[in-house]
Amino acid sequence: MSAGLEQLYQQIILDHAKERYGSPLREYDGAGRAGESHQLNPVCGDEITLRAGVADGSVTTVTWDGAGCAISMASASVLTGLAEGLPRDEVLVLVDAFREVMRSRGRIEADEEVLGDAAAFSGVSRFPARVKCAMLAWVALEESLLAANG
Amino acid sequence: MPVVETPVTLTPLDAGLTDAEVRRIRNDFPILGTEINGSPLVYLDSGATSQNPTSVMEAEQEFYEQRNAAVHRGAHTLAVDATDAYEDARAAVARFIGARVNELVWTSNATEGINLVAYAMSNAAAGRGGEAARRFAVGPGDRIVVTEMEHHANLIPWQELAARTGAELQFIPVADDGTLRLEDAAAVITPNTRLVAFSHASNVLGTINPVGELVALAQAVGALTLLDACQSVPHLPMDVKALDVDFLVFSGHKMLGPTGIGALYGRAELLNAMPPFLTGGSMITTVTMERAEYLPAPNRFEAGTQRISQAVALGAAANYLAETGMERVEAWEAALGARLVEGLGAIPGIRVLGPGSGLPRIGLAAFDVDGVHAHDVGQFLDDRGIAVRVGHHCAQPLHRRLGLTATTRASTYLYTTTDEVDAFLDAVAGVRPFFGASS
Repeated sequence: MSAGLEQLYQQIILDHAKERYGSPLREYDGAGRAGESHQLNPVCGDEITLRAGVADGSVTTVTWDGAGCAISMASASVLTGLAEGLPRDEVLVLVDAFREVMRSRGRIEADEEVLGDAAAFSGVSRFPARVKCAMLAWVALEESLLAANG
Repeated sequence: MPVVETPVTLTPLDAGLTDAEVRRIRNDFPILGTEINGSPLVYLDSGATSQNPTSVMEAEQEFYEQRNAAVHRGAHTLAVDATDAYEDARAAVARFIGARVNELVWTSNATEGINLVAYAMSNAAAGRGGEAARRFAVGPGDRIVVTEMEHHANLIPWQELAARTGAELQFIPVADDGTLRLEDAAAVITPNTRLVAFSHASNVLGTINPVGELVALAQAVGALTLLDACQSVPHLPMDVKALDVDFLVFSGHKMLGPTGIGALYGRAELLNAMPPFLTGGSMITTVTMERAEYLPAPNRFEAGTQRISQAVALGAAANYLAETGMERVEAWEAALGARLVEGLGAIPGIRVLGPGSGLPRIGLAAFDVDGVHAHDVGQFLDDRGIAVRVGHHCAQPLHRRLGLTATTRASTYLYTTTDEVDAFLDAVAGVRPFFGASS
């Protein structure tokens, strides 16, 4: 087992891949309004349908249905825990921060202060073929939040 | 009804190559000596693309160094040399599959070969090619038949042809064990069927389809046949005349050749009656400002400057395989395929797709790992230098039929050793423990 593989599949990622916090997808019956997004990676068939509720400028709940690899499912689970309760605009900033790390090819280490458990995905950026897996849920949340606003 | 048997036999290991010979063969493939992630490369993705022996790469380089010129035009010496090299390559590849020289059309790959036939049929439906081309015309009331196990390349061109012409597209279903439901084939191949297009060997299941039975059913209703031979021409002895198919396609990069070159075989009388697909220079006899007359096959289908160096290299690849002996390659890979299936079947939580242990299959096995996504399986194997294919392998309908979205596929070739298969099996056994998949 190489260090690279263990860095890619950190225990927290393997745990979240099984835990799948926020799954399954649920109807939104809270205050404010909800937005939804469906994302598909045609290369591997990874798929997610995500719904986010926003009330008073803050993300209330995130729920989702997904099928895919450990990276994509763990990423959705971690993101759900991170986003719920945060101001919508702050979540959109987090999405950008995460995207920057993912696209860095290993040059940018995630700031754990900012990204919390999502910092565990830093290793993914060294595997360009897997970046889309990690990004899938984040793109879905970004779209959902924009839809909830519109 | 004449039934031609597909040359399928489960030959014992000792009839094929030996491990010692395979080790010698590997010396001809420089890339097989490389390291990946600190481990020796174990290349089990030849079903996607094969590696090239030195002789193939040298053939292409030598062409550019000594013979490069446009072919079939110009009277200078280099142009004659280049044309000879190009046509010698055609002869080598035609011989390799049992075709006549004028029956082998160069294409970019198998996908282009299938599209060539589909668009020629579409052009015939639009009235191009006159009376002689009427047999290729399809329209409302006509049927095109494929199978449920087709690669997207042998499905989507027919979907599009049906959409353009008003013909209907139907398919022969796949049984749970990964074989075609032949009992349903006779009902699907109706008298209004004009074309039956199917794969010789499945790129996902490894199944070798009963070509003779399907060709007989098609011929009984006067339908044309097209065989997708991408996974058979590189791995099995091929005789297009014995199979008695009308068209057959394959790709060069899956048979030790370079990318960008493949071929379409068609019976000469069909190719010469079929309207062209791509048109332009080098495929004509007389041109006026209003119309053009076309050359006979194969030039009729080779408009514009061709992939000359790739064709030359593919000729070298065919010669390499012929010299090794395709019966021996077939036997070696049948043994490797059996080893894969038996080994995978013995690992808890692994579901192998396609024919079970002891049944004919090419050297290819796709499988599902319970609780672990194929992408993660592929990543785990790559960490040990093992290259496999993950995903739907361009066969989404088949995966859906089997209740899966993505699988992992290992595929062998003449340079694959039993040690490599064993290293792969050993690695696969470690996948579920690593990801904590419970049984």
